Amino acid sequence: MTGAKPAKRTKQLNRSFAGNLGVYTVLAVLGAFMLLPLIYTLVSSVKPLEEYWIFPPKFTVSNPTLKNFKELFSVLSDSKIPFSRYLFNTVLISFVGTGGHVILASMCAFALAKHQFPGAKIMFRTVVLALMFNATVTRIPNFIIMSKLNLIDTYWALIVPAFGSSLGLYLMKQFMDQMVNDSVLESARMDGAGEFAIFWKIVMPMVKPAWLTLIIFSFRDLWNIGSNTFIQSEQFKTLNYAMSQVLAGGVARAGAGAAACVIMMIVPITVFIVTQSNVVETMGTSGMKE
Amino acid sequence: MKRDRIKRSLWQNIKRNRVCYFLSLPYFIIFSVFTVLPVLISIFLSFTTFNVLEAPVFSGIENYARMLLDDEVFIIAVKNTFILAVITGPVSYILSFTVAWLINDLKPALRSIITVIFYAPALSGNALLIWTVLFSSDAYGYANGLLMNLGVINQPIRWFFDPTYMMPLVIVVVLWSSLGTSFLAFIAGLQGIDRSQYEAAAIDGIRNRWQELWYITLPTMRPQLMFGAVMSISSAFSIGDVVTGLVGFPSTNYAVHTIINHLQDYGGIRYEMGYASAIATVLFFVMLLSNKIVKNVLSKVGE
Repeated sequence: MTGAKPAKRTKQLNRSFAGNLGVYTVLAVLGAFMLLPLIYTLVSSVKPLEEYWIFPPKFTVSNPTLKNFKELFSVLSDSKIPFSRYLFNTVLISFVGTGGHVILASMCAFALAKHQFPGAKIMFRTVVLALMFNATVTRIPNFIIMSKLNLIDTYWALIVPAFGSSLGLYLMKQFMDQMVNDSVLESARMDGAGEFAIFWKIVMPMVKPAWLTLIIFSFRDLWNIGSNTFIQSEQFKTLNYAMSQVLAGGVARAGAGAAACVIMMIVPITVFIVTQSNVVETMGTSGMKE
Repeated sequence: MKRDRIKRSLWQNIKRNRVCYFLSLPYFIIFSVFTVLPVLISIFLSFTTFNVLEAPVFSGIENYARMLLDDEVFIIAVKNTFILAVITGPVSYILSFTVAWLINDLKPALRSIITVIFYAPALSGNALLIWTVLFSSDAYGYANGLLMNLGVINQPIRWFFDPTYMMPLVIVVVLWSSLGTSFLAFIAGLQGIDRSQYEAAAIDGIRNRWQELWYITLPTMRPQLMFGAVMSISSAFSIGDVVTGLVGFPSTNYAVHTIINHLQDYGGIRYEMGYASAIATVLFFVMLLSNKIVKNVLSKVGE
């Protein structure tokens, strides 16, 4: 159990002082590598344009300003499509896609984890196999399927595939296998509860860490969707697409581009910080047997 | 007679469990349509010539022959994909484990903060484009400015457009944003190890932390190591969008052109769907095969 507090080891093999120093040095160097580009993004987003033309370029900012954010919004609202439309598109796709995925994947995971029925094993095996390749290899046939279903240029083209993400089902099924006690379900059945009621009223509250994890993974993927072959009309394009157009504007737009990066990354990072302990608990059951 | 009875009992079994199908089929149908079906279509189309407008025409193994014998860029793409996968896959995997292992004994609050720092780049999607600003081609880019000021170089380097630097830079950026799902799985796996195992091992004569790692920690968290490997392999072989974001499409001299980029070229731009499907099919089997090999290696850990 990962949620449990780590007990003190009685016979702990301690690192030497030199060992500890080594550990902290390695962590500090690696941490700086991870963190500096992110800090640079933050700093650049409040750097006035004049300071971009200083040579040699400085990592820091002398006169922080919010002008870049203003410029970003004015650049975006100058386009034919208002900024609010891009935002609406991304929020809609992220919420509907994530919500549908969590509910459908949890329902299926419950059936696979807690019932034996013809076809259950083959279903789960197929999902595990699907984890082994990335969706990028199936983009072309997916485009053909989307056009046959008349979904090209609709929100559904981005939303529906997210419902069927394999990672979410896998994590949820593993978590239910290990964390939901069969005897609880059995006694509910004795009391005459139907399977849907058991799923919704008993199982879902028990697997809260797992569905929070599904939310963060699904949300991250949907929030970060940029230009996509399934969407061709400007009015259905995403916030991330609009933001990367700004970033492509070169040094003159560097400030606004950095502001765009800050806005795009702040949302998923915040969601993760809030749900972190649940995510770690869920990943504790993610292990794969051979 | 007997077969009839088996058939009937299977049907009864299905009927008895119909609630399970109500629960599982909505997900599974969507999953099949957008994940299983595309793989089958891809394999089928790889043996045809298909331009989307006309019906596919069967062409045998022509696409595969063309790939190997008649498409120099494909060979470059294979080489680049393997360089990227063989370096970023294992390095990111080992880095994920090492960081998770190093922070495992820290206080929970500090551990959470470090987790966020290392996981943040993987979460932030397009923020990796900030590297194009850090390494921009003019003297106002941070890297060029710094090196010119120190007198290391006189002329700004066109980092993401000069084949000498493109591959190493792409590797750095990919690694930067690669501490993802496997990293979280390792943190959780290490947290889940029962401490009493270490005490028992200390009595059994485990002398140092390396022995502890090899004989206890790694074997105990083998399921997480397997899961992490699957995640790392599938992302290591599908590097493509990052490349386009950083160096444009196509990259100078195809210096970091990957199989995924090649796939997009033929599928998304030239509409040669048969050939693109053959490329996708090859990549698909490369991913499955790599998974198989790595799983066999991991099953020997701690023995």
